[in-house]
Amino acid sequence: MKPFDYVEIRVPAKPQYVSVARLTISGLANRIGFTYDDIEDLKIAASEAITNAVQHAYADNEEGEVVIGCALYEEKMEIMVADHGKSFNFEETKAKVGPYHELEEVSFLREGGLGLYLIETLMDEVKVHHQEGVTVFMTKHVGVEQVDENVEHVPS
Amino acid sequence: MNISVELNTLDELHIKGIIGGEIDAFTAPILREKLSDITLLEKIHVELNLTDVSYMDSTGLGVFVGFYKSVTAANGHLELTGLSSRLKRLFDITGLVEIMDIQATDKEVKIDETV
Repeated sequence: MKPFDYVEIRVPAKPQYVSVARLTISGLANRIGFTYDDIEDLKIAASEAITNAVQHAYADNEEGEVVIGCALYEEKMEIMVADHGKSFNFEETKAKVGPYHELEEVSFLREGGLGLYLIETLMDEVKVHHQEGVTVFMTKHVGVEQVDENVEHVPS
Repeated sequence: MNISVELNTLDELHIKGIIGGEIDAFTAPILREKLSDITLLEKIHVELNLTDVSYMDSTGLGVFVGFYKSVTAANGHLELTGLSSRLKRLFDITGLVEIMDIQATDKEVKIDETV
């Protein structure tokens, strides 16, 4: 049995579908027990990546699709957003994404573009892959903050 | 389309706006256009109440930063009020809270999950 459940969402690369994908991700995150605040973080981070993919497709005048792959583990959720509209083999693509370098991602940070910065802040891990478009890979763990809080509460 | 923008002109130098719903890639351009309808007279004071905003991301931040620049260019003042702790956090982590006039609400606003 695979260690995770995989859900793939495909939406037209149009702004009106960002909220649809966001709500689906919210539902999936709720499924594996993220806190209310973590779900809000996931919604924003995923929306940023999807918005970027939509704008990318718009700029190139493409009638494309955005593919959002979600891997649901017991303790974490991985989300992969690709702007080239092709389905991917989640594990294969995941192996290809690497850490991003700030200078190379200038095009990602578009007008008013705090997008990547927010993704970085709100998620535990972020990777970006350039090949046939941009693929953003991000991870959030369930209950990381709670663990930190518990550690702080241990009397010294 | 799930955004509402209501602009009330108290007098020509005082505008109070009430924004509700979700601000994202789809609704941000609607908000930007509504705000661009405001005539920015010298020393204008604009208050935008965001109590009923249930979701916002960087597209919304972009609109508010743009509008802030326009108001400031007119020697005016922009005030964002009634922000939930979730919304306030976005302005905190982006450092915008240092630059803009952001007033958070004291009460926790429960965000509803409807589209």
